[in-house]
Amino acid sequence: MSLASLTIHEAAEGLRAKKFSSVELTKACLERAKTLEPKLNSYVLITDKLALEKAKNADNELAKGDDRGALHGIPMALKDVFCTKGVRTTACSNILKDFVPPYDATVVKKLKSAGMVLVGKTNTDEFTCGASTETSCFGTSHNPWDITRTTGGSSGGSAAAVAADECIYALGTDTGGSIRQPSAYCGITGLKVTYGRVSRFGVISMASSLDTIGPIVKDAQDAALIMNIIAGRDKFDSTTPDVAVPDYTKDLSAKDLKGLKVGLPKEYFIPGMDGEVEASVRLAIENLKKLGAQVKEISLPHTKYGLGVYYIICPSEVSANMARYDGVRYGPAASGDPQDLYEYYLKAREAGFGDEMKRRIMVGTYALSSGYYDAYYLKAQKVRTLVCQDFEKALNDVDVIVAPTTPATAFKIGDNSADPVKMYLEDVFTVCINIAGVPALAVPCGFSSKKLPIGMQIIGKQFAEPLILKVGAVYQKNTDWHKQKPGI
Amino acid sequence: MKLTKDQVKNVARLARLGLTEAEIEKFQTQLSGILDYVEQLNEVNTDGVSPTAQVTGLVNILREDEILSEKIADPAELLKCTNLPVEKNQIKVKNVF
Repeated sequence: MSLASLTIHEAAEGLRAKKFSSVELTKACLERAKTLEPKLNSYVLITDKLALEKAKNADNELAKGDDRGALHGIPMALKDVFCTKGVRTTACSNILKDFVPPYDATVVKKLKSAGMVLVGKTNTDEFTCGASTETSCFGTSHNPWDITRTTGGSSGGSAAAVAADECIYALGTDTGGSIRQPSAYCGITGLKVTYGRVSRFGVISMASSLDTIGPIVKDAQDAALIMNIIAGRDKFDSTTPDVAVPDYTKDLSAKDLKGLKVGLPKEYFIPGMDGEVEASVRLAIENLKKLGAQVKEISLPHTKYGLGVYYIICPSEVSANMARYDGVRYGPAASGDPQDLYEYYLKAREAGFGDEMKRRIMVGTYALSSGYYDAYYLKAQKVRTLVCQDFEKALNDVDVIVAPTTPATAFKIGDNSADPVKMYLEDVFTVCINIAGVPALAVPCGFSSKKLPIGMQIIGKQFAEPLILKVGAVYQKNTDWHKQKPGI
Repeated sequence: MKLTKDQVKNVARLARLGLTEAEIEKFQTQLSGILDYVEQLNEVNTDGVSPTAQVTGLVNILREDEILSEKIADPAELLKCTNLPVEKNQIKVKNVF
């Protein structure tokens, strides 16, 4: 077994017991990446020299007793939307293809102080807009469980890299499901945090009222260890409330779930969903009952409008955020000798943005334009209020909500590409969580007959990450779905 | 609702987005499809419901107006990001008119 298959907590223990060094651990990840990248395309940049240098530093620091905690010397990957000083960051878009950030994102800074070893930057849909990584300008990633299938997206590169042991952990972003859906498709664990819990300063924006940053990992305990470093108020991100940061690992040693009230939203068990997915999630719920949880059916009545809300609010905010990519401050200069600035913008943006970005910019601009704003954007914001109230009411009655992460298992690459609405339906079980800004932990809970991973999500109140991580950790102590590895 | 070609062109102009003729035709169909989909929101009665712009509950977060060039990145580093000519710490663009 390769060292690369370890979790953070296992690797951290091994480093301190001097069973292996950070350099050895990092080399193991780099070797996996070298062997598998021709098949998977998880990474868009591998920073091998930098990784080995940082690993060596970590070994020296640990030897001297300068111990920065569990993440010290652990090789990891960042979705290519996290600005890394001096290391190319592209959002997998032609319009940023040569962008080398002059500063680090706040989370990158925090992880650096914690002894981060960056293996590389991972693939994503362009500007995180997609559910499969197929809109990346570097080409699609492939699912380690079946390389003819998608990894999901947009954090598909991060999910594939973690699932295939090309790194120990990764960070991704989740705006409408972009951590949870690829985690489900790749059979790993992913945490979508409460909106505002983790600073987004220096992370390339997609839809600002929905974007969140979170860990993509091998188990719930690893997610907690990362949260201990990255959570908290940042004066450079005014959307981070001043809410105390707890020790996220504190409750993880619980033995059972006695007294926990679990709600099953009937709107997430619908006709047309994959029977094997439903069966696996229902089996997982039986498991939670055996661990002492009380389970009851609940209703989130506005669920069916979630996608409609999302596909107005998200493109509207995308169109506003994309306005800064004009070929002036960064990005390739427009070619073809434009006559004036207006024509310069047209040409720079035409050449720089891919198909899905153009589509979202167009939808968003339309929804925000004079005469249509009330009918679309304002209407969506009002229905958003009703979706938020659904969660508030439900989570006053139960402690957590459990639901499938996706209605089916990973689809074949190319299957949804021709029809944007079909691709948008991929997010049907994930978007409402972003709309309400609540946290959700995606964990593996079974496999289909084709040996494709199935996932469920554990949803909590705002800032209830400690509780959903506890539920995930107790579940994982009693199951081994998260320990299954793709035979690649 | 089917968008006209002129509507698509007008939106592209507002978005400062160059599109080919083929893209205009494609988006005419696809945007109409997306707009048809989101029109289901009209089924929901939102009388008296206030809109949600964000979910943190935070209002007016203020901070000191400090110069952060030393802490973040200095102007020279930021200007390295452009591919256009730089003069006196300013990026030189095409004429506006």
